[in-house]
Amino acid sequence: MKQAEMASHIQTLADGPAQPRAEADDQTGAALLPASITTNALPSESKSAIDVPELDIELLLDMYRKAFLIRLLEKALLAAAEEGQIGGAMHTAIGHEANAIGAAYALRSGDYITCTYRGHHHGIAWGMDPGRSIAEVMGRRDGFAKGKGGSMHFVSPQHGMMGANGIVAAQVPHAAGLALASQLRGERKVAITFFGDGAMFQGVMHETFNMAAKWKLPLIFYCENSRYSEMTPIWRTSSIKDIYLFPRAYGMNSMQIDGNDVEVVHAAVSQAAERARSGNGPTFIEGITYRLAGHMAGDLETYRPPEEVEKQLAHEPLTVLRNKLLARGVEQARISDIEEEVDEAIDEAVSFAEKSPWPDAAETYLDMFSESTSEER
Amino acid sequence: MRRTTYIQALNEALREELQRDEEVFLIGEDIGHYGGLFRVTRNLLAEFGEKRVLDTPISEQAFMGMALGAAIVGMRPVVELMYMDFTLVAADQIFNQIAKYRYMTGGLLRTPIVIRGQQGGGKRYGSQHSQSVDSLYAHFPGIRVVAPATPYDAKGLLKTAIRDDNPVAFLEHKMLYFTRGEAPPPEEEYLIPIGKADIKRAGSDLTIATFSYCLLQALEAAETLQQEHGIDCEVVDLRTVEPLDTETVWESLAKTGRLLAVHESYANCGVGAELVARAYEEAPHLLRAPARRLGMAPVSIPVSRALEEEALPWKEEIIATALEMSRR
Repeated sequence: MKQAEMASHIQTLADGPAQPRAEADDQTGAALLPASITTNALPSESKSAIDVPELDIELLLDMYRKAFLIRLLEKALLAAAEEGQIGGAMHTAIGHEANAIGAAYALRSGDYITCTYRGHHHGIAWGMDPGRSIAEVMGRRDGFAKGKGGSMHFVSPQHGMMGANGIVAAQVPHAAGLALASQLRGERKVAITFFGDGAMFQGVMHETFNMAAKWKLPLIFYCENSRYSEMTPIWRTSSIKDIYLFPRAYGMNSMQIDGNDVEVVHAAVSQAAERARSGNGPTFIEGITYRLAGHMAGDLETYRPPEEVEKQLAHEPLTVLRNKLLARGVEQARISDIEEEVDEAIDEAVSFAEKSPWPDAAETYLDMFSESTSEER
Repeated sequence: MRRTTYIQALNEALREELQRDEEVFLIGEDIGHYGGLFRVTRNLLAEFGEKRVLDTPISEQAFMGMALGAAIVGMRPVVELMYMDFTLVAADQIFNQIAKYRYMTGGLLRTPIVIRGQQGGGKRYGSQHSQSVDSLYAHFPGIRVVAPATPYDAKGLLKTAIRDDNPVAFLEHKMLYFTRGEAPPPEEEYLIPIGKADIKRAGSDLTIATFSYCLLQALEAAETLQQEHGIDCEVVDLRTVEPLDTETVWESLAKTGRLLAVHESYANCGVGAELVARAYEEAPHLLRAPARRLGMAPVSIPVSRALEEEALPWKEEIIATALEMSRR
């Protein structure tokens, strides 16, 4: 190709079919601040300005109950792991609770979720039973997958939880497929997929961005940016500072929000769900959060000073929500009652799981292949 | 009966299943507007529309993963890989996800997905477009592996694969696409069960167990062996690699006492190695000579015709091995 021809060819491509840039910027472009979200930034320093309506107090109290339940469940699991009751890798979501709760309450029954192996909080937020959840992590018979999936594979189709995944970003196209099924069938179901900042650098993530944006899938990409991809902060592994800007290259709307405030998350996910349900395609949400516990049970956490974690405690999800409730006139006693109730519920859940028997050896060989066909339905 | 090509048989199977079940959809690269690189999906977009035949970008991992997402809520995606070599591009989604999903979820979710496309050598496509992945697929539990050699089998097995609740790797062969064979007219529906071998040539001296394009090579070899050496081979078309129909093979072995397994994937750790090992474990009393296996030479597949033919386990190699076995 001659030089001049080449130049005009490039020109054509650049000027080509309608660029979605303006549409993608309408949410958040104006609100950009110069500083990036660094390891030490608080979630409240995130960049997208969105309208955050105040939620009903009773709803907030219910959210607090769930958030506290997740917190105690994770602590109970860490204690059980320390006692040697749990094998393998277990990743807790202490500090991530608001991302799960705000999103789950913004979506409807019938919607779908997939998530990463840090997924206990999503399972509980979507209504999975704590006792059966702990039993699953312990590999017991009463686990929802009979002990075959464990901590990294939370699943409960009846609750819309279509699977946590052990491979970083592998669950992302699964959610796109769920959204595709909804679209092909003419349903109005939305799929949401959760992943961490580390998943941003997996190829399949970008393949899925492109297809979801082009096909206008009813899908929400939700990045729980904990500032650490396993044990390494992303500034060590990427020159990209603001990951929520990535998906705009694919023509997608995106925003960066405070992932530790249930009301902010609820507002952002509601907005994204509305866009998805009305046929206007996917949204990318970067929820700035902070993982207060290690990457997995047994993490030495040599990569961050204790002072860094302490700074984040001022804006961790339970504190934020508790302060919100108190500021809006809820009595401390009411909050304490909820905490006590949850404390008892977790004790019961742990004891249920510990009493659950091991699966029979014969169970090993079940569920690999199916004997049925579509003709039988 | 009428004569049809392998490609036409596949096209008919897809059309009939798209008509039969609205949860079935096709997804892959260039399958819609272009009709598929090898024209297997020709005219299906025009007939069924863009919600049933989905053209994708070149993003194998994403569309394979999307097939899983749609399948776990009851849809039945048929994914075309333009070359089955691209299995390796989408390997996480295929082996880590689709194959395991039912088990990992304790049976709560199923992945009824057909992953289909052509594999194999013979057209000088070189190292990354000529591989045979049957042994690779068969190594992982959770996926059925089907590799038909005739238009009749291709149609009947593809229809069954689409209705099966398991993921099925449906392995076509580029050397088979334009071959012709007999098949009933479209109005006469038939299905072929997964896991049933078929005796394509009866014989009494030696059992050649094979599948896919190697079946045609084995049948030619059997003719030569009969005419020039007086050796009467029975040729068993396995048709399905997972599960292996060892019952049919052992029945044949009971007549011949000699087993030669032939396929185009590598001999090392291959389907043939598996079949031979099972013969020693399950039916050693039937073996009157050491069982043998033939596969692709342990090299990346070269482009040059002279080199590719040397590496492929085709007719001449089958004849030579059969003669060695018969002398014992």
